[in-house]
Amino acid sequence: MPTTIIEGHELSVDDEGFLTEYDQWDPQIAEALAQAIDVPLTDEHWKVINFLREDFKAHGATPTLRRVSTEGGVDTKTLFALFPKKPAKKMSYIAGLPKPAGCV
Amino acid sequence: MSANRLSAKLKDWHITVIDRDDNHRYQPGFLFMPFGIYSPEQLTKSRRETLSKKVNLVFGEIDRINGDENKVMLTNGQVFDYDYLIIATGVAPRPDQTPGLAEGIESNDAVHEFYSYDGSLALAKKLKNFQGGRVVLNIVEMPIKCPVAPLEFSFLADDYFKTQGIRNKVAMTYSTPLGAAFTQPIAAKAFGATLEEKQIAVEPDFMIMEVNNETNEIVSYDERRIPFDLLISVPVNMGQDFLSRSGLGNELNLVPVDKFTQVSDKYSNVFALGDANNIPASKAGSVAHFEVDVFVENFIQHIAGQEMTHRFDGHANCFIETGGGKAMLIDFNYNVQPLPGKYPYSIIGPMRLLKQTRMNHLGKMAFRWMYWHILMPGRPMPVSAQMSLSGKETELLDHQQLAKVAS
Repeated sequence: MPTTIIEGHELSVDDEGFLTEYDQWDPQIAEALAQAIDVPLTDEHWKVINFLREDFKAHGATPTLRRVSTEGGVDTKTLFALFPKKPAKKMSYIAGLPKPAGCV
Repeated sequence: MSANRLSAKLKDWHITVIDRDDNHRYQPGFLFMPFGIYSPEQLTKSRRETLSKKVNLVFGEIDRINGDENKVMLTNGQVFDYDYLIIATGVAPRPDQTPGLAEGIESNDAVHEFYSYDGSLALAKKLKNFQGGRVVLNIVEMPIKCPVAPLEFSFLADDYFKTQGIRNKVAMTYSTPLGAAFTQPIAAKAFGATLEEKQIAVEPDFMIMEVNNETNEIVSYDERRIPFDLLISVPVNMGQDFLSRSGLGNELNLVPVDKFTQVSDKYSNVFALGDANNIPASKAGSVAHFEVDVFVENFIQHIAGQEMTHRFDGHANCFIETGGGKAMLIDFNYNVQPLPGKYPYSIIGPMRLLKQTRMNHLGKMAFRWMYWHILMPGRPMPVSAQMSLSGKETELLDHQQLAKVAS
């Protein structure tokens, strides 16, 4: 398993750089990951990231855009504005979670 | 299929099937009807005739399930008590979930779909008189049932326009919310190459926001616009609304279950099979069939108070029509993506995986007969429920993927 060093911590990541260990993430790391993909974090971003983290913990899977919209209360249009072009990928990257699956 | 299998094994049990009507449709045929390959009559049988005489069949609309009291309530006031409940209500296309799509299908002659019986019939009529123009296929959102069907539709449409002598007047686009032609990398490459070979443009990462019926364009959330003369939409696929009303469904009305046994996360006497559940496998007919093989064995243990020892591996086996009398075949499960190689079918011999062959096409066409005469009555199929690595080119997998296969 490859690793990377962010904010002085050695973290396990997959081939695309997504964190693979739920507990290695913290808000500081999120800030660094967000900076790396050029997404400055606002309170609105944090609302999404916190929902992703909690929902993953409860259900064991990264929520899809539809789930963030219906259960997390942030609609898809807003998600595209917050995480331009590829919201599903970007939001999960920053939240330290795997890409949402659901596509098999 | 489950009812037939269980009725043969559980002699003293009362099995009731609740369904909307008596029309059992052969859904894989919806893909072929628009091209006149199947007629409507070939796709429909009476549900009563496909069910064992020992099974009680009730027609009605379900209002809700009360899982705490083990009751199913119908909209006409009838109530059914159960000891065990099996939910197999599938998913259905929901054009109402995308602004402009339902209206388009209803009243814009340039907007169509083929995931419903009526939609497939209407598209057959449309294609008969189609003279050419921009044909755009759009997948609204994943997951969808039979995830290869939109690809097959595009390949068959290319073939159809060629035989009509109008292929040079048709520009085809395949727009998908996925990053490539398919979900799984090795197969996506093979399908991407086939699309290219047939001169079908791919528009990846296209998350549709709305259909504009004034300008005949689809618009994505990141404001890309694709104009069309004929839009073939694959709408959002959702489970039945009554499941969410009953507290059993997620945001797509799918029932959360254990992926190995299909028992509900919420009630140990409720199972959800086929497209109705949320397992991370393809919503393909073959998945549902293999799942039932495993389920029946588990169910017998479960009702005897034993631990369920059989584990469903997410096995899918799909033929992909590529036009010109050929087809490809893919075979995969939770851990192993579709690989090239040979697939060892008993009786008829090996078939080629991820290659266009005539034999695969014959396999696909033979399936309709097998569906009605082997699968539905609950007779054993010549295909194992568990996926096998035999014949597959596993050297294409890296160490990480191989470790997953072994787990």
